[in-house]
Amino acid sequence: MTTTSRTRAAVPPSPRRGPAGLQVLGEVLLTLGVLLLLFCVYEVYGTNLVTAREQRELAQDLTETWAAPAAPTAPDRPQAREPPLGRAFARLYLPRLDGSDPLVVVQGVSVPDLKKGPGHLPGSALPGELGNLVVSGHRTTYGAPFSDLDRLRDGDAIVVETRDSWFTYRVTGTQIVLPSAIEVTYPVPGRQGAAPTSRLVTLTTCNPKFSARERLIVRGQLEARRPTSDGRPPALAEA
Amino acid sequence: MYGWLWRQLPGPLPVRTLIAVLALAAVLLLLFTVVFPYVETLLPFNDVTVDEG
Repeated sequence: MTTTSRTRAAVPPSPRRGPAGLQVLGEVLLTLGVLLLLFCVYEVYGTNLVTAREQRELAQDLTETWAAPAAPTAPDRPQAREPPLGRAFARLYLPRLDGSDPLVVVQGVSVPDLKKGPGHLPGSALPGELGNLVVSGHRTTYGAPFSDLDRLRDGDAIVVETRDSWFTYRVTGTQIVLPSAIEVTYPVPGRQGAAPTSRLVTLTTCNPKFSARERLIVRGQLEARRPTSDGRPPALAEA
Repeated sequence: MYGWLWRQLPGPLPVRTLIAVLALAAVLLLLFTVVFPYVETLLPFNDVTVDEG
């Protein structure tokens, strides 16, 4: 102990007592704790801000695209009917969860695409088409658009708004599957290469929350199509 | 550690405080724009699609 005090006297006096090593260790641990807390703040609030901004931009994108005259479609190039990756695709309404507030769906399901909002799986059906319209979205972080997807019940409305139509789907079932279960995205789910005869929608997100262990799948079937000129579909008023 | 850093800052108290605040802001900016987005890719929150992987 006396040795320590003698050594100390040689260096400039420390503002605090105690061995310097322990103090540095304490400060490092405190710093790590603060860093972890800041990371949680980023995940819970920061990512939501990112998505909120992207959703505003996508909504603007949709409004402008739909206001302009429709580009002529090339029947020989079906992909051309889909917007470019990362651009706005359609509006999605889940009346039971969000009332009449829409989510703007983006084209594409890459990590950057999904930071903007729920994403349309490229090559899957377009709204109202024969086959399977697949939309994936975050369960947690980045606005968590599909946070409460597990609360959807059979018969609940899933409404998709496009440039010229409203498509009302009805939930027909919910499933928990493994992350590798790509068969749920087939035009006829579970049957690779089969020709589709019904018009389906499939919403996918991760399950359980904050985990990537499984996927939560909600399936719906088209009930009605309504031109936008006829006004909003009654299903939007369901809560 | 922080005491040592504080003593390295030049100038009178207001200048030191200003430098410390600016340095803290720079660190926070770096964390929120570079470090956290990278760390996030190592976590499972982004896996929401079904795929072959």
